[in-house]
Amino acid sequence: MLYREAGQFKASYEEDQQIFPIRQDRVGMAVLLAFFFLAVPMFASQYWLQAILIPVLIFSLAAIGLNILTGYAGQLSLGSAAFMAVGAFGAYNFMLRIDGMPFLLGIVLGGLSAALVGVAFGLPSLRIKGFYLAVATLAAQFFIVWALVKFPWFSNYSSSGVISAQEIQILGYAFTTPESKYLLTLAVVTVFALVAKNLVRSTTGRRWMAVRDMDVAAEVIGIRPMRAKLSAFAVSSFYCGVAGALYAYTYLGTVEPEGFNLDLSFKILFMIIIGGVGSILGSFLGAAFIVLLPILLNVVMHSTLGSAMPPGLGSNLELIIFGGLIIFFLIVEPHGLARLWQLGKDKLRLWPFPH
Amino acid sequence: MKLKQTALIGATIAGLLATGYASAQEQFIGLASYRVGPFGSNGASLYGGWIDYMAMVNARDGGVNGVKLTWEECETEYNNARGVECYERLKNKGPTGNSVFQPLSTGITYSVLDRVAQDKIPLVTIGYGRTDAADGSVFPWVFPMITTYWSQASAIVNYIGSKEGGMDKLKGKKIGLLFHDSAYGKESHAILDKLAEKHGFEVQKIAVANPGNEQQAQWLQIRQAKPDYVILWGWGVMNATALRTAARTGYSRDKIIGVWWSGSEEDTIPAGDAAKGYVAAGFNVAGANYPVIKDIQTNVYAKNAGNLEDKNRIGSVLYNRGVVHGIITVEAIRKAQEKYGKGKPMTGEQMRWGFENLDLDSKRLAALGATGFMPDLKISCADHEGGGKVKFQQWDGAQWKVVSDWVESDRPLVRGMIEESAAAYAKEKGITPRDCSKEM
Repeated sequence: MLYREAGQFKASYEEDQQIFPIRQDRVGMAVLLAFFFLAVPMFASQYWLQAILIPVLIFSLAAIGLNILTGYAGQLSLGSAAFMAVGAFGAYNFMLRIDGMPFLLGIVLGGLSAALVGVAFGLPSLRIKGFYLAVATLAAQFFIVWALVKFPWFSNYSSSGVISAQEIQILGYAFTTPESKYLLTLAVVTVFALVAKNLVRSTTGRRWMAVRDMDVAAEVIGIRPMRAKLSAFAVSSFYCGVAGALYAYTYLGTVEPEGFNLDLSFKILFMIIIGGVGSILGSFLGAAFIVLLPILLNVVMHSTLGSAMPPGLGSNLELIIFGGLIIFFLIVEPHGLARLWQLGKDKLRLWPFPH
Repeated sequence: MKLKQTALIGATIAGLLATGYASAQEQFIGLASYRVGPFGSNGASLYGGWIDYMAMVNARDGGVNGVKLTWEECETEYNNARGVECYERLKNKGPTGNSVFQPLSTGITYSVLDRVAQDKIPLVTIGYGRTDAADGSVFPWVFPMITTYWSQASAIVNYIGSKEGGMDKLKGKKIGLLFHDSAYGKESHAILDKLAEKHGFEVQKIAVANPGNEQQAQWLQIRQAKPDYVILWGWGVMNATALRTAARTGYSRDKIIGVWWSGSEEDTIPAGDAAKGYVAAGFNVAGANYPVIKDIQTNVYAKNAGNLEDKNRIGSVLYNRGVVHGIITVEAIRKAQEKYGKGKPMTGEQMRWGFENLDLDSKRLAALGATGFMPDLKISCADHEGGGKVKFQQWDGAQWKVVSDWVESDRPLVRGMIEESAAAYAKEKGITPRDCSKEM
């Protein structure tokens, strides 16, 4: 009833090709953006901004990065956290060593350094596939973290190997409050999510998907697999790198190389599996699920059963429930939360008179 | 008999009245703990000791000057992002907000380093964390108390010197350093290089990649080089493996000296007989034979209110370390109350003053029932470390035996390095160090 597209005619190619061809979607998106850009910073508490929303946004960006590589180009990677580390340390060094480096340029340069490293570690993808490639990217994960600890130049000779992010300044305005950091993160993530959405609908994205579905066939119809795979590695690592830079600058402030460990890479992989492989929306849903659910469980556990049982048991129970829910969702909907949303939309189209 | 009973009833009533009155006054302590994850069992012992100590203070004294201690745990899983979430979740709880944040993870310490100054909550890191934060003029909100990694390395060298019969005997000696290949393990390098230069010994650094459950190659290297001592700068499973491999390659265990993250029952018991004779540093000792632990047993465990599921862990190194955390927290509250009003909950800012003016001398430690249990400690505006003393314990196959008195570090040398590093940080971040001569 509310979600019907009857009467919405597309009279030009532009209208037919837009991201949200249905008017309700466009309105919904505008409302959503207005909510996150205007209402949230006004009403959300510091806790929500700093501990919940900023990390969810940053991990969404990293998940988009991995989704481009794994979901669209079909190359499995276990090095996302390492590429985040390259972005963080890259941005830090650009801002440290070049006087007056603008913040946004700094994080883009951090992302570009991650892209370069990503292309280098993507080279094996030309010869090996699937799980073997995952193992090759695992090498990236360990090598990069090792290199960042090994060579003190990266952390500006800090004795403990950590970096403290410089203050964020754009056009003389210092981003110190949680609200401003949140808005900055949100703006960057929105822009890059939009770019990603358009990228995967473009020639580049279609090349990636062709290679994913069958690389021999793609080659036959004139797609160069090397270019497609390496560009996917570059774009994916760039996104992870920008996410890493934001992680250091708007979220934690001080980061250590060990923070970007294999655990984090797995987490990002779970985000896209739960959210939906090959979906930009899924990246957001997956990131929200993986970041928020353990926190929610912890809060619920503390407020209900917390005092009644031994604390160690409570913590273990949370993990068990978390794991159980992941399995549940994968059984109910193997294509991820994004697919659930898709199904919901299809039902909504006919509601309330399914015929 | 009768008199005793009357007195007892009277005391109980007084106690009830006191608690009834005091229930309005509460001091909240947020515990960012971990009971699952790679170091879950360490966390369970340590936070158990800390919580038990606070429960004991509540049960025995009715809190600190009538202010009840309350706490809430938040599971971090030893994960930085979860730690930040816990920090944010806990910071505004209780009547005056969180009094102190002690995450027991160097990674989480770094992640909240910038936040604590903004939120005015003291960050206390006992035996871990950022070493140069011991310079309180640059890091007013961070307290790497009792001893830092650098002090520890220096104390270990001093201990070796005393075993050899004088620091001048170290000349020409060879000391192996088997370290966890991470930022944590690398903390030892700069200080040991300096000490080697000063005393004329040679350091041989041998890296062990995380997690370190395979060390054949490293110990082969040690066997070829034949160092006089090996410092074990390990973490988790790496420690037990090191001891087992040392036994297999025939390196004498009493020449291996561990740091405090290598010196708990969790490290020696899995190594079995191979651990016998192994020496480790610690800023607290093992054993339940101290009045403070006895108090916990009579006031908490006798009433079935203890936090530990496995009571055998009472008196273990990590449990006792948790008690040290508890003592320092409670004593800082007491100190802050002396200045800002007894019987009132303290804010984070007032707690910071309490930590900064903490003075646990031998008299105070005796009153707490912790003589010999932990070193005396005096914090000041400039010196947020306060002491830097460690004791050495030897594993006899069943338990830790103390084999040294409190060993001091080379204070002038360590302090010089701390100030140099803190000054570099201040310059990078544009911080003007506060003038400690003007602080009260």
